[in-house]
Amino acid sequence: MNQEYLSTYEVFVRSARGLDHKHVGSLHAENSQQALMYARDVYTRRSEGVSIWVVEAINITASQEEDVESFIEPMDEKKYRHASHYQLPDKIDNM
Amino acid sequence: MKDEINCTELENLTRFLIALGDDSVIYSHRLSEWCSNGPYLEEDIALTNVALDYTGRARLFYQYAAKLEDNGKTEDDIAYLRTEREFTNLLIHELPINDFAFTMLRQYFMDVFYCLYLQALSGSKDESLSAIATKALKESHYHLKRSEPWIKLLAQGTDESRQRILRAQAELENFTGELFLMETWEVQLVDQGIAVDRSLIQLEWERQVSAFLAESNIQFTQTQLQVSGGRCGIHTEHLGHLLSEMQYLQRTYPGMKW
Amino acid sequence: MQTVEPLLQEAEFDQKILDEQKIEPRDWMPEAYRKNLIRQMSQHAHSEVIGMQPEGNWITRAPTLRRKAVLLAKIQDEAGHGLYLYSATETLGCTRSELIEALQTGKAKYASIFNYPALTWADVGATGWLVDGAAIVNQIALQRTSYGPYARAMVRICKEESFHQRQGYEIMFALAKGSPQQKQMAQDAMNRIWWPSLMMFGPHDADSAHSSQSMKWKIKRQSNDFLRQKFIDQTIPQIKVLGLDMPDPEIRWNKKRGHYDHGEINWDEFYQVINGQGPCNHQRIKHHKRAHDEGEWVREAVRNYREKQNRRENSTMKK
Repeated sequence: MNQEYLSTYEVFVRSARGLDHKHVGSLHAENSQQALMYARDVYTRRSEGVSIWVVEAINITASQEEDVESFIEPMDEKKYRHASHYQLPDKIDNM
Repeated sequence: MKDEINCTELENLTRFLIALGDDSVIYSHRLSEWCSNGPYLEEDIALTNVALDYTGRARLFYQYAAKLEDNGKTEDDIAYLRTEREFTNLLIHELPINDFAFTMLRQYFMDVFYCLYLQALSGSKDESLSAIATKALKESHYHLKRSEPWIKLLAQGTDESRQRILRAQAELENFTGELFLMETWEVQLVDQGIAVDRSLIQLEWERQVSAFLAESNIQFTQTQLQVSGGRCGIHTEHLGHLLSEMQYLQRTYPGMKW
Repeated sequence: MQTVEPLLQEAEFDQKILDEQKIEPRDWMPEAYRKNLIRQMSQHAHSEVIGMQPEGNWITRAPTLRRKAVLLAKIQDEAGHGLYLYSATETLGCTRSELIEALQTGKAKYASIFNYPALTWADVGATGWLVDGAAIVNQIALQRTSYGPYARAMVRICKEESFHQRQGYEIMFALAKGSPQQKQMAQDAMNRIWWPSLMMFGPHDADSAHSSQSMKWKIKRQSNDFLRQKFIDQTIPQIKVLGLDMPDPEIRWNKKRGHYDHGEINWDEFYQVINGQGPCNHQRIKHHKRAHDEGEWVREAVRNYREKQNRRENSTMKK
């Protein structure tokens, strides 16, 4: 019954040159080469990509939801990192 | 006199295109039988893609043949309105899909063959033919990248998968030789630089296949006397059933648009 | 502490839903939300996969090479969509094997429409046109569903499915404008597939077991009846263009409502088919099991080969 001995791979597709690879989903495969080929057939049937990455899911380290308070929120408070934080004199409307 | 020569040349070329189209259409039909029957979903999708590549090829060959024949017939008339004795595909294409091992081993044999054959055919003096070959060659390169690891995996996986590969090989060893045979008309096309001398590919094909199978401790074999006859319309019993299914609608409701 | 925390989490979750924020795989979510999602998403995935069979029944008999290529590509898309959805469902912590087992043991459902037989070539057309058409109406609404991976899968699927409906309609159009026999074939297929297509939207809102909770959680975004009406309204003009007779004599324009009225669906049949007594229920599951079981030795070979490779790698690393 089991098919979990195939590994789960996360698939990332670069849709056009100059753009980032974007996560599109996952699939099961025996190894990374096979995963790459399956990714081509599963996620780029309409030539949606110019380049594909596959990453075995267990190799991804992710931030945790419960860490948001210490991990993400402090970054929110540094408004001075955004251009909108600064007020320009009226005479200048573009900078 | 000159016209007569051109006439045979044209006839030969059309015959050749239809034969190549038959190879592809029959093979794609077999592959399409895997749709919703694959060992898992990813592989199901991948197999269908190969089937689609061959359907595409068949259409290009037939369309070109129809254009040359110029008698109002279409690709579909060629595919759907000829009988089993008129089909000229090489027999290996029509064998039933059997199990996954058989399907993959045949695929592997074909892939090695088509990589060599289409490479050579892409140098054809006939520009349209060369263009079709160039396009198809890219597909076959990819197919080979898929079938090679599968053969290795199945040959080295479990006892059962290895047995299945060996059994498949025993069933196929009668049929691989026909890939390298030619009728007189094909030889004439070779002399004109339009077709490719199949016999020149044979050695390289056998070298690649035996070296690759040896990596999995399988000895490549071919029977002394190879079964042949496809190009003359002498087929296995399987083709009639395949056609009766494939042509069912066109035969039941003649002359209609779909 | 132990009692406060879950309440807090639940409140945060509710707030996210309220704020139209998406829920993502690693977020905390109520167990019932997770279960409800698994039920709906896996049912959706299974529908795509089982849906391959009735149309697959015609791949080897497609009447032209173009139709054959189109149909093959279409069914391949269904497999792909099944895969997107399995992959999205796996983010909720259940494995593909569990999902497949639930399908094969009847614990999980799939769209009842696929328990009807695809009898003639016109069924391929009617299926693409009506069944995919109904599915698209549903799926467009689901692009805004609250679970991120589900919503993203839906966006992908909707993008790909528009060709499915068009190819179906194209087949119907060719038949409807063809010979009397062909037109009859088209009419017959539409008559048979019309009602099960309407059933695809599920029971009336008042009778729908999961609807209200699903709406509250924004898993579902629009009600069964609303979507069904939308489908009917957009399909009737298409039937007229085909020049076929209406599949339901009670269909007529209701000026006051601004919608088409229609006859009542046979709900006994609906429940009968859902509960396993449709014409093809057994056949569909049997097919799926057979293909899956026949693939077992392949998957076993993959596993064994992989173990051997790992062992080899480990031993060379030790050297």
